[in-house]
Amino acid sequence: MSFRGSDWILLSPELVLTSAGLLLMMMSVSFGKAKEEFLGFVGILSVVATGVALALAAMQPGRAQPALGGMFVLDNFALFFKLLILLSLILTILASVRFVGAAPYPGGEYYALLLFAGVGMLFMVSGANLASIYVALELMALSSYILAGYFKGERKSTEAALKYFILGAFSSGVLLYGISLVYGQTGKLGLADVAQLFASAERSNLTMLGILLILAGLLFKVAAVPFHVWVPDVYEGAPTPITAFFSVGPKLASYAILARIFYVAFPKFAADWGLIVALVAAATMILGNVSALLQTNVKRMLAYSSIAHAGYALLGVLGFSNPFGIWGILVYLLAYLLMNFGVFGLVIFLESHGYAAETVSDFNGLARRNMPAAIVMLLFLLSLAGIPPTAGFIGKYYLFTAAMKAGYAWLAVLAVLMSAVSLFYYFRIAAAMFFSEGDGAKLSGSYALTAAVAICAVGTLAVGVAPEPVLAILRHCVPLS
Amino acid sequence: MQFLTDIHILSLVAYIPLAGALWIVFLVPREKSGAIKAIATGVAVLDFVVSLPLWFAFDRGHDGYQFVEKASWIPSLGVEYHFGIDGISLVLLLLTTLMGVIAVVCSYTAIGERQKEYYVLLLLLQTFMIGTFCSLDFFLFYVFWEIMLVPMYFLIGVWGGERRLYAAIKFFLYTLAGSVLMLLGIIALYFANTTGFLAFKGLGNAPTFSIEKLTAVAAGLPADLQIWLFFAFFLGFAIKVPMFPFHTWLPDAHTEAPTAGSVILAAVLLKMGTYGFVRFSLPMFPEAVKTDWVVSLMVALAIVGIVYGAMVTLVQKDMKKLIAYSSVSHLGFVMLGIFAVNMAGIQGAVLQMINHGISTGALFLLVGIVYERRHTRLIAEYGGLARQMPIYATYFMVMALSSMGLPLLNGFIGEFSILQGAFAKSFWWALFAGTGIILGAAYLLWLYQRVFFGELSNPANAKLPDLSLREQLTLAPLVILALWIGLYPRPLFDVLRLPSEKIVAAVGGRTATAPAMAAGAPPALQEPSR
Repeated sequence: MSFRGSDWILLSPELVLTSAGLLLMMMSVSFGKAKEEFLGFVGILSVVATGVALALAAMQPGRAQPALGGMFVLDNFALFFKLLILLSLILTILASVRFVGAAPYPGGEYYALLLFAGVGMLFMVSGANLASIYVALELMALSSYILAGYFKGERKSTEAALKYFILGAFSSGVLLYGISLVYGQTGKLGLADVAQLFASAERSNLTMLGILLILAGLLFKVAAVPFHVWVPDVYEGAPTPITAFFSVGPKLASYAILARIFYVAFPKFAADWGLIVALVAAATMILGNVSALLQTNVKRMLAYSSIAHAGYALLGVLGFSNPFGIWGILVYLLAYLLMNFGVFGLVIFLESHGYAAETVSDFNGLARRNMPAAIVMLLFLLSLAGIPPTAGFIGKYYLFTAAMKAGYAWLAVLAVLMSAVSLFYYFRIAAAMFFSEGDGAKLSGSYALTAAVAICAVGTLAVGVAPEPVLAILRHCVPLS
Repeated sequence: MQFLTDIHILSLVAYIPLAGALWIVFLVPREKSGAIKAIATGVAVLDFVVSLPLWFAFDRGHDGYQFVEKASWIPSLGVEYHFGIDGISLVLLLLTTLMGVIAVVCSYTAIGERQKEYYVLLLLLQTFMIGTFCSLDFFLFYVFWEIMLVPMYFLIGVWGGERRLYAAIKFFLYTLAGSVLMLLGIIALYFANTTGFLAFKGLGNAPTFSIEKLTAVAAGLPADLQIWLFFAFFLGFAIKVPMFPFHTWLPDAHTEAPTAGSVILAAVLLKMGTYGFVRFSLPMFPEAVKTDWVVSLMVALAIVGIVYGAMVTLVQKDMKKLIAYSSVSHLGFVMLGIFAVNMAGIQGAVLQMINHGISTGALFLLVGIVYERRHTRLIAEYGGLARQMPIYATYFMVMALSSMGLPLLNGFIGEFSILQGAFAKSFWWALFAGTGIILGAAYLLWLYQRVFFGELSNPANAKLPDLSLREQLTLAPLVILALWIGLYPRPLFDVLRLPSEKIVAAVGGRTATAPAMAAGAPPALQEPSR
């Protein structure tokens, strides 16, 4: 165990973000409710500062080597995810500014918790050791539970937080049990060490149980069937910007560690966990899409849609035997971040005008009331359904390729058919926007929210039309250890 | 010709409508409906004019793609921006640009609300359709193929008839479901060319989506894999054609779409499917196309489509629905010609694609014209229109005769050639298909009789004005084309000869099975003496 001076630089993004979170806590005590927009501004500044620190850390020579005694690694894979996480934080804060200002609860807590969840995620994606991954995951999860219940006075929000907490704590327990079994078998927690010992080890039932439990714990975090039941209630009950955040941020980080753990530590047993993941992916895609068809509430529909998308992304986990799997997850999560956050941005937009976005009919006639908003929403919906030339298509293309390449052709067939099914419920919103008459009043959004949606829209289209820059980066982003 | 290639003529033709659409979106306020129509018309006409030189500059003696444009697009995947046309895509491209003009002009009075969006969508659709016919890269092709559905969805959904929502989403879902399976087929080909997948060894080449290269690769694959891939592509194309039993979206979409939408659907969109069979399925999977049960299945579906489609057409009470169902029958003929896999069959099939675009497109225009005046399409509401609208009745007669395949008009040439091709393969194919022609004459003549002959019994029809100059202008080019193809089809056969020979050779058929057709037209029609 050694601690080099340069490790401080590698850690600097996390340190900056933690300090900013603490600062925000203190500022919220001295600032009144009236100045809360300023807190949001500070939040954005701190994320930008974290980005600068990340740039410095990225330029550090030899950064891809494990640091902090093998606990922490800043390889390209982690770097890619950290950028996505910072982007998701900025988008969430932009979408929250007016929302938090209007809510009768202290805003400082809100932003601080968001940043702490961010710190947890930044540590997660850099985790090279099962213990550090677990601790980081808990930091993210605990912050998330509180955020889900941010509307303390409201029944639905409290219920969401409670459900999220109980099921989340249970799944963390499962994950921890799995980690302990692996530790018991190998006596190691570092991913590279575990892989090395497993490479020469025989397949034993206890090992498989450990791997299975780790998988189950992580599948809960990415909301795959059968660990998905919490999702619709939490998405419906939590404040909408937080729902938007939940649907992308924690998922990104969880997929990152799922990828890293299984790619680095357990490749030897890929044939065993592969079939399980394939079945889970199939069930997740079918259940997510079919349930979404039946929803009338937009938030619940989006919740099931996000379950379905978790299923698609699992195709990438299957494809770990070839680089298409990792690339697929990376590019798909980027696309998913942009398009899903964009959709939620428009739900928040409608909510800010007094529509609860409870039913699809709240979108009625949006084309007449704010044409750019309707067009942008259409873009996100097309992307979610995987129609070219959008980011969603490029992402799905990679995932389908990964599944074919890994020998799961039946799963690829199921996935493409399910993504055709998904068009049906996404286009219910499109039909409402363009074909129905609304009540005619023009709508306009706040600057911050408009900026967030614009970032998503430009990204969705740019990655779809000219994906080369992103794809070129991907080639260097396979996790090292 | 080099000059046209140098100015990127294909991209120009493809993106002029897109530029026009952007112009309208950003620079023209929605209240100025006159300006919007003028720009849309100007852009469509310009696009047609720019596409015309292709017909003259096209080298009929050159075996391969012409006016080729190539640029790197997504090097990581081996995707290229690659345009180029051969004789088959050339005629379809010209049909598309012509229909684009007609679709815009026929909408002036039919579309009253949200005109700005309407013309923007029409122009966008135009770009995507042209892009599909010009693409020589599978990735690019797939992008155009899919994105094309979006403007059509909105054209049906916003400006359609009563059941437009249902028709629009049904159209979108059916075609999407087919094309995603085609995407998997494309991915499989991609791996067959590079590193292999499942149990199949790859060739280890550099990644590419080039249609030419992948066609060569696909043709060398083992027969069982070819059959799988054939069916993956088959679903994508058969739903679009549409072949029986995948045709159920078509009557809904056609009937509910606004007139211009139906015209474009019939004239161009359905051709995407048959084009796919000719361009991809035959040359890429020769082993599958040579397998007896596959050919039997295809031909059986085509013949069932011809006969069943014609019989369902007979009993329709709604004019538009009648013409919609007649498409199922007509496209059955095209499929029969394609799977006869000889020169007569394939040339006839491509010719019949054009003919169907001309005559069915015109019939939809004609139905749209009376619908605009009377707001009903029920045959029972009409009768004796020939007295009130003689010019209209004449146009309708010409196009109905063309559609049923009367000699001296275009439909005859296509159907004759297809039957000749089918006959060369099997007497029974031609016999069954022939009954479709008889039924076709029956439903069209019966329709004509009920709508135009007899007394003008319904007082609501007593004051219907005859065709305006604008309406005649939309129909006249189609009548001229129908006559031209009917009397002197040789230029078309010339353009189609080399690409058809290439396809027949790829499937291993004899290119000289149809001496009469290879020379141009059936002997009886070489000299139009009457």
